[in-house]
Amino acid sequence: MDNSLKLIVESLLFAASEPLTPRQIHALLPGEDLKEIKDVLEDLKKDYEGMKRSFLIREVARGYQFRTLPRFRTYISKMLSTTPSRLTRAALETLAIIAYRQPIIRQEIERLRGVDVGGILRMLLKKGLVRIVGRKPLPGRPIIYGTTGKFLEFFDLKDLSSLPTLKEMEELGDEEVEQ
Amino acid sequence: MTFETKLEIFQGPLDLLLHLVKINEIDISDIPIATITDQYLQYLDLMRALDINVAGEFLVMASTLMHFKSKMLLPRQVQDLEEIEELKEEILRPLREYLLLKDAASHLASRDILYRDVFKRGTEINGRERFEEDISAEKVNLYDLMDAFRKVIKRRYPGVVIKFRAQAWSVKKKMVEVMRQLKGKRNLCFTDLFSGDSSLLELIATFLALLELVKNGSIAVFQDKVGSDIKLEALNTSPIR
Repeated sequence: MDNSLKLIVESLLFAASEPLTPRQIHALLPGEDLKEIKDVLEDLKKDYEGMKRSFLIREVARGYQFRTLPRFRTYISKMLSTTPSRLTRAALETLAIIAYRQPIIRQEIERLRGVDVGGILRMLLKKGLVRIVGRKPLPGRPIIYGTTGKFLEFFDLKDLSSLPTLKEMEELGDEEVEQ
Repeated sequence: MTFETKLEIFQGPLDLLLHLVKINEIDISDIPIATITDQYLQYLDLMRALDINVAGEFLVMASTLMHFKSKMLLPRQVQDLEEIEELKEEILRPLREYLLLKDAASHLASRDILYRDVFKRGTEINGRERFEEDISAEKVNLYDLMDAFRKVIKRRYPGVVIKFRAQAWSVKKKMVEVMRQLKGKRNLCFTDLFSGDSSLLELIATFLALLELVKNGSIAVFQDKVGSDIKLEALNTSPIR
């Protein structure tokens, strides 16, 4: 069995640090079938899961990426000397609102949260978690916000539809109460 | 030298309503709106007395609550049940929505977050910030702080209704004082800040200093469980603003 395609794809994933989509890989290997590439990616993913190593291939931000397991985070943090920065409740809630209700303008975000979100929006834009999608054809032409691929990557999301639906969470909440 | 602090509220009317639901230990669907309305208005009074900027949204909610209460207080025969239901929905719907969003935010924070729980290839050493959720043992918000402060006032000055503004004391000076008290200690109890012989105005200035310090990320506040004494801790992480 010729697994050279598999190895090639593996090498690309390894060398990239950003998530690679099947299409991006296909663009590099025009001779191959897109479907073959997708199958190979799934194979690789299963292989690494089976190997039980300290890292695996994760489907995230619509692509595939090598990532370490949470189990090893203290060691890696120490090595990388990451500094903690507080992601406040307010920032998380604002981010959740944008993630679930995008595309959305600032006024709507503020209506849902009940407070000013200017500072938080600036911060989220600066961190690349949120982006400007356009402007709404209303007086004042307010800015429309949406989340970015980086947001997906940060929160380990395959795509936006992987966010649990708000209804699911409502049901989850009820389940907890019943228990 | 007078120092006027106009604190922006960092939580809104929905947070206040949720706070009231929590301390009254009621279910969100059975909210006794008349009682809640009175409590809500008391908080607004206190916020104004503390010179905290009461944003328009608070007043909109206040008027909706009062409107509802007034309809409930009508004699049974003339109550328009349909209107009452509508008004109730007007209050409960945004609250339910907000709760869902809070759950969504919690969910996001619990995922495997990049640079905190999982890592990708090619991250430079010393380059990275990792997201950390607010380090509170139990979520303490503005209203928990106000509750604790009211208890202090009640003990020291029973019967006094706060209806004035604290301008004679320097809030900035108090901020320095609080940070100095925290130096070298792991944490400080909320009530420790208010011991001694201070006048009511001085107490208020201390409280405002506390809020300002929380807002600018110099300290964190937490409590082990609802109602227990609130603790303060100096922070040396850089807050995201």
